[in-house]
Amino acid sequence: MEPNHAAGVNKGDVETRWMELVVALLIVVAGLVVIQDSLRVGIRWEAEGPRAGYFPFYIGVILSLAGAVIALKTLRAWKLLADRTFVTRSQLKPVMQMLIPSIIYVITIAYIGIYVASFIFIAGFMMWQGKYKWWLAALIALAICVGLFYMFEVWFLVPLPKGPLEAWLGY
Amino acid sequence: MDDLSNLMHGFAVALTYKNMLFMLVGITLGVLIGVLPGLGGANGIAILLPLTFTMSPTSAIIMLSCIYWGALFGGAITSILFNIPGEPWSVATTFDGYPMAQKGQAGEALTAAFTSSFVGAFFAIVMITFLAPVIARFALRFGPPEYFAIQLLTFCSFVGMGREPPAKTIVSMMLGFALAAVGLDTVTGTLRMTYGVTNLLQGFDFLIAVIGLFGLGEILLTMEEGLAFKGKSGKIDPAIVWKTWKSLPRYWATSLRACLVGCWMGVTPGGATPASFMSYGIARRFSKRGHEFGDGVIEGVIAPETAAHAAGTSALLPMLTLGIPGSPTAAVLLGGLLIWGLQPGPLLFVEKPEFVWGLIASMYLGNVVGLLIVLTTVPWWAAILRIPFSIIAPIILVICAIGAYTVHNNMFDVFIMLVFGVLGYLFKKLKYPMAPLVLALVLGDSAETAFRQSMLASNGSLSVFWSNGLVGTIVALALGLLLWPVVAHLIGMARGKGHAPPATKPSA
Repeated sequence: MEPNHAAGVNKGDVETRWMELVVALLIVVAGLVVIQDSLRVGIRWEAEGPRAGYFPFYIGVILSLAGAVIALKTLRAWKLLADRTFVTRSQLKPVMQMLIPSIIYVITIAYIGIYVASFIFIAGFMMWQGKYKWWLAALIALAICVGLFYMFEVWFLVPLPKGPLEAWLGY
Repeated sequence: MDDLSNLMHGFAVALTYKNMLFMLVGITLGVLIGVLPGLGGANGIAILLPLTFTMSPTSAIIMLSCIYWGALFGGAITSILFNIPGEPWSVATTFDGYPMAQKGQAGEALTAAFTSSFVGAFFAIVMITFLAPVIARFALRFGPPEYFAIQLLTFCSFVGMGREPPAKTIVSMMLGFALAAVGLDTVTGTLRMTYGVTNLLQGFDFLIAVIGLFGLGEILLTMEEGLAFKGKSGKIDPAIVWKTWKSLPRYWATSLRACLVGCWMGVTPGGATPASFMSYGIARRFSKRGHEFGDGVIEGVIAPETAAHAAGTSALLPMLTLGIPGSPTAAVLLGGLLIWGLQPGPLLFVEKPEFVWGLIASMYLGNVVGLLIVLTTVPWWAAILRIPFSIIAPIILVICAIGAYTVHNNMFDVFIMLVFGVLGYLFKKLKYPMAPLVLALVLGDSAETAFRQSMLASNGSLSVFWSNGLVGTIVALALGLLLWPVVAHLIGMARGKGHAPPATKPSA
């Protein structure tokens, strides 16, 4: 996780200073959004006391200022930070290989229920990333999903999102 | 002593057959959570919280706090055997723990780590036993200005004592407050920052934030490192345990210093992670073998582990007595208490003594049970880490998704969890601290209410914050801590390079 000092920045890598700057500017924007909304609901006093934006307004101001400080600090050290890599291309690949399936998984939960989606996600990920045989992946994923089903639906009576398969099985 | 008889009564509550069983389950789950990457004390408890809603509050909090002890113990296993800190507070344990394991002294290192954890936690519990009732009685006199001042102190100490740049700590904190403000304003009934999205009416739940930030964020980081777990085998036989125990009393001074550092950092919300680093640094400076630190010195394991546990445990003191958690995990426990309809704070000691003392008694018992469990079961935990990450990663993600869903039975929360996961990844890589965000998100509403009520009482004049000695002292302390980095910088400049900073930066 430490920035890679020695190797320098290769083509296609994300530089720390750019990431630092972009995040800091996004924070300034977030602060401005808070300020804008606080002004909308009112930051002054009414008959019965301070209005809803009274407290968040200052939060927004401090947030923007702190973001601006980080941005300025990054710009001042711009040359010094030149050799720091935020993430290399080869590191970003596995991160995306985790993140994108996760997003797809969460979207599918809404349609086919959490148990079937989890089965596909775990088995699929094992076969794709771990190069497991399909039957082993399916067996492990099935065991976990059945275990989760009993734990939540049967023992602790916590209902989780279910889809057509569970409906067919009578749950 | 009234309090002692209360404590005895608490033991009677905790020692029932059912509660002992919950304790065992809690410790086991906790160690499992501590060992697995992507699951830690904070998000582990957040995920398991909905499962406890059907239990009685006392049993539930006993199980949840035992998960916490278990997670604290579990972190040491991975750092010593695998050089992978399962938890941020065990990073400092890797400095000497892993070299010891490489030299074939894994058993000694593990025994020392577990025992020191126990000592640190025990010290903190004794402190809680005696200080909690006193503080609670004192805090009964607090009004809104005092409450806001205490919260100010909490947040200023993050800025003053954190290892991250102050501006980043402030950003993280303010982001937490801003997210807490989203939704219905309870005082005026106005909608804030919802932009017409109905799902945002309730605002952001910090449990979702915790699950995303510490869960998915951690998994993404682990993926990036492409970890192949190569561990030392962790066998502990009774002879080694006994031998190590006989040698431990020699390091009483290191232990005591670590306990004090830990308690201080836990009560003021510095948290377990900075406590472990600070304690490591202090031990190295005081030890005769200071130059050998990093090559596998037993003191280098004792110091951070003792401090981390002392801090982790004493973080519960302000949570119980003032309703202000000292760490993200304590914040999650606080969230649990609120869901069960228990308002932590001074009144809890008056209204629900059996709950408070049952919890305190369970801390004593939980730590003893925890020590015995980890000492006997280390090899199995080590085996879990040999399961390839391509199996573990999707399973943990599934657990995080379920955890996020069960908080409000809402799919929208699961998406929010993903967003927080990405935020957690970015923040971790850019060294923004995450604990202030979580604590601000938890305390946001109550801080705002306290601030507004103070302002109402004083007609909008800030002078209410030094209107009496008590609130003035707390505010002065808070501002002192806030400005501490500046002062420390000036002192450092005046002295030149007095002392070297700790050898390795925390990477988690």
